[in-house]
Amino acid sequence: MGYATKSPWVIHYDASSCNGCDIEVLAALCPGFDVERFGIINTGNPKHADIFLVTGSVNERNISVVKQIYDQMVEPKVVVACGTCACSGGIFHDCYNVIGGVDQAIPVDVYAPGCAVRPEAIIDGVVQALGILDEKSKALKAAKRGA
Amino acid sequence: MTFINTLIGTVAFAILAPIVGCLLAGLDRIISARMQGRVGPPLLQPYYDVRKLIDKDDVTVSGVDGVYMTCALVFTAFAGGIFFSGGNLLMSAFIITMAALFFIMAAYSSRSPYAEVGAGRETLQVMSYEPMVLLMAVCFFMAAHSFNVGDAFKLNMPVITLIWPAFIGFLFILTIKLRKSPFDISTSHHAHQELVKGTTTEMSGKTLAKVEIMHWCENVLFLGWTGMFFLWGGPLSIILAVVVALAAWFFEIWVDNNFARVKWQLMLKSAWIVALVCGGVNVVFLAML
Amino acid sequence: MTLIAFLIIFPLVIAALLLLVKGDWPRNIIVGISAAVIAVASILLAVQYLGTSHRLFEFSSAIVDYVGTAISIAIAAVIISFGVKYKNKLATALAIVQVVGSLVYEFGFAHAVHEPAGLYIDSLSVIMALIIGVIGSGICVYALGYMIDFQAHEPEGAKDRRPTFFALMFLFLSAMFVIVFSNNMVWMFTGWEVTTVCSFLLIGYTRTDEAINNAFRQIIMNLLGGIGFLVALYIATIQMHTISLDRFILEGLMHPEIAALPVCALAFAGLTKAAQMPFHTWLLGAMVAPTPTSALLHSSTMVKAGVFLLIKLAPLFLVCQVPGTMVILIGGITFMLCSFMAISQTNAKRVLAYSTIANLGLITACAGVGTPEAIWAAILLVIFHAAAKSLLFLCVGTAEHHIGSRDIEDMDLLFERMPRLARFMMLGIMCMFIAPFGMLIAKWATLVSFVETKQVVLIILLAFGSAATFMFWAKWLGKLSGIAGRPQNVEMTVHPSEWISLIVMAAIAIVACIVLPIMSHTMVEPYLVGIYGQLGQDISVDNLWISSILAVFVLVVLFGGVNSSKKKRVGVYLAGVSTDSDTRTYRNSLSGESIATSRNLYLDSIFGEARIRRTGEIVCAIVIIFALVASGVVPPMFY
Repeated sequence: MGYATKSPWVIHYDASSCNGCDIEVLAALCPGFDVERFGIINTGNPKHADIFLVTGSVNERNISVVKQIYDQMVEPKVVVACGTCACSGGIFHDCYNVIGGVDQAIPVDVYAPGCAVRPEAIIDGVVQALGILDEKSKALKAAKRGA
Repeated sequence: MTFINTLIGTVAFAILAPIVGCLLAGLDRIISARMQGRVGPPLLQPYYDVRKLIDKDDVTVSGVDGVYMTCALVFTAFAGGIFFSGGNLLMSAFIITMAALFFIMAAYSSRSPYAEVGAGRETLQVMSYEPMVLLMAVCFFMAAHSFNVGDAFKLNMPVITLIWPAFIGFLFILTIKLRKSPFDISTSHHAHQELVKGTTTEMSGKTLAKVEIMHWCENVLFLGWTGMFFLWGGPLSIILAVVVALAAWFFEIWVDNNFARVKWQLMLKSAWIVALVCGGVNVVFLAML
Repeated sequence: MTLIAFLIIFPLVIAALLLLVKGDWPRNIIVGISAAVIAVASILLAVQYLGTSHRLFEFSSAIVDYVGTAISIAIAAVIISFGVKYKNKLATALAIVQVVGSLVYEFGFAHAVHEPAGLYIDSLSVIMALIIGVIGSGICVYALGYMIDFQAHEPEGAKDRRPTFFALMFLFLSAMFVIVFSNNMVWMFTGWEVTTVCSFLLIGYTRTDEAINNAFRQIIMNLLGGIGFLVALYIATIQMHTISLDRFILEGLMHPEIAALPVCALAFAGLTKAAQMPFHTWLLGAMVAPTPTSALLHSSTMVKAGVFLLIKLAPLFLVCQVPGTMVILIGGITFMLCSFMAISQTNAKRVLAYSTIANLGLITACAGVGTPEAIWAAILLVIFHAAAKSLLFLCVGTAEHHIGSRDIEDMDLLFERMPRLARFMMLGIMCMFIAPFGMLIAKWATLVSFVETKQVVLIILLAFGSAATFMFWAKWLGKLSGIAGRPQNVEMTVHPSEWISLIVMAAIAIVACIVLPIMSHTMVEPYLVGIYGQLGQDISVDNLWISSILAVFVLVVLFGGVNSSKKKRVGVYLAGVSTDSDTRTYRNSLSGESIATSRNLYLDSIFGEARIRRTGEIVCAIVIIFALVASGVVPPMFY
């Protein structure tokens, strides 16, 4: 495993969540779960982050924001859709302005379902994401060497 | 000879300070976590972070921030080299200010509103602690009759006996210098802030790695300054100096975890008042001696 | 001796010639060539007298004395005519007082004392000659291109006063040479008054109300100083029976009780000319003049004459405590308060002005301390300040003509819009305040000398003042270093003459920083040995060389390293709603577009002029009045 997996910094964006999942994301950082044990830090800045945690479904108003935050993250990067809404649009899927899950806007690597998503599920999702991050990191290194 | 010593010292500092600084940073995070009732990351977590940053893709907003940060690193190494080879304390203080300036320029160069606000606050931080740093160096000179740190070993008793007010003032601004709460107003290590990440908002990858390494080196240097107050007689006093420096460092972590950020107005005013009272009184006292 | 005479007379001839020349081309040629000649002559002089500690020249002439008197009358005539025309009673009255005073002196007392050695040279005058000859004439060259643009910006049908302008610039240089080479204090006084009236005319160049008002403020303050000088001349002649500068200093050292009042009066003259509080407002007002004038006043002439006199008097400050304390306090307070006030300024020229006054304050304080170490620092401050400040003024002047503003906030993106100019400006700023450049080395030496003499008040003033210095320079530097997108390069239309002088200034600043140890050894130390019989350098040569190496490193980075890299470019973070990151435009909550702007911190509530200026003026005025009274009325009580 490369260093990318030992220091996953996350950015959390609330697309149109009911705040249930947001609270669970923050709960994961609190002493009870203490994800800093794995080097996870909540950065709040896409330029510093490796993992993009999105809660809530994507709608007409925020789809550009989700895309831009994703674009501003520096490679290698992975996306974790946290909660049912982020996975598929969930209970809001047929609202007039809801487009659907996060995968309607950006490529999603891991889906962590739940309403609200449990901290264990988030941690599990992040751990899965780390595997993908590691592969992407290796691919980037290989590309750099090739270039 | 000073010249060669400085060069050797700089190279040694450039190699050793990141190692020591990295371990200190890891320990800092563990201690902070324990103070908050958490387990905390592994000791080598800061090292993993930096390695990861180096592996990230190279992107930049301005194209020059990386160059400025390299300069900042080089100047930090020189400042450390000058200090730990027993060189001139004032020169060390001036050169580390130059490093701070390059850091500020790197932040400004992106023209990001967040980074500019951070850079502006960073200049305020420098302005806040600078008088006390100068007065501390002056007090050291008046007590040790030399600006050369190496000459402290020729003394019969450590300078702290004469300049303890300056030491208290220095401890106050050490909080600013180590970027600890309540004075971490330009950028913050902990969670996210309303100003994103201040000075480092637009830095990523290798540039951000350089910022981290510079902070490690700076921390080692500033703890060195702290220990300097307790040097005398022979090299054995270094043990006491190290113990005191570590105690001061632990104290700063405790402060960091127990105080909320203040506004810059309070930082500037309190730092200057402390400098005037602690530094000023000490200088007057030494002049009358 | 021949060279000295040449340096004094040649600019005079050129000045007369320039009055007659009307066309651009002949003027360009005359100014270009004569500036080069003056620069070369002053370098030759420096080579010839390198390391001379002190040397007098037998030269006295009744004709020169009478010419001096005639000049005094002419000066008074000029001031009185302006005073009457613009109804300024105070200036007229002061001019009358001064001319009557000098005529009475000339015909009543001057012949009692004969001074055979009229001219002299020592390492300090060599340094000053280099500053005047190279930097001063460089500014004259710069003015060629600048004044063409300036005239183009003037309203239609405005009178073209450029011939007078250039004549005054060269007259200024000549007067400065008189000041630095005259051993005869009466001649020195004549040069002193010529610089005063020249800057009066240069400040009032545009004849707008503001310019005229500021010109009168300048002349009133400097006439007061001139009267101080005259008082010193009277006392020196009557009580000490000498008008020679070196005899005056020697007598003063032996009889400090007699010397206290003339030294105090001379120091007062020096303080007014060096724009120390409470007289600093004249230098701020001088900003209305075209930029070359400001550059000339700030870097190589005028204010430097003031500190030159103070440095000359430094040994006397060691023995005469009242004037010494006065100079120390005024210098220290001015340094700190003007550094504070510079933080609150957005106008680049005003920032420069406050920084000039602050640095002059530091030099003044060093002169007041008077030990060899302090004088070493003072002379280096003079050198580096002259080089860096002239560079900065010329940069700001050129930028102003090309971006249409002298506001620092408008210099955003200058790094891309005027890449070369921005780098020069950054170099100038760095030279002014940061290690490892010369200015900071000099400040370092200043601090050491203050510590060694246990000047507690000065140490504290210096500590807080330098912190403020960091703030106002760093934020300006930050503004300059911003890079985004590809704005249009507007640098192509800068006149070649402006580039030439900018490059010369930058080269001087760079070379001075790098060869600092050599300069100290060959130019500064001989002067100190001549005056004090001991060396003044407090910083070990090793440390100086380390600084030189680091300075080279910074220069390489600045001019070679900070070019656009091959890295992938990305936009700035604007909370995910950026629409154009080059212009920092984002989509706001009403789906419209807004631009994110940020301004630097000016901290007006803490460091505003309104809060600080009055306090500083009152404190400094009290110090001066107290010192004059103490040394004039009750000298025996103090010794």
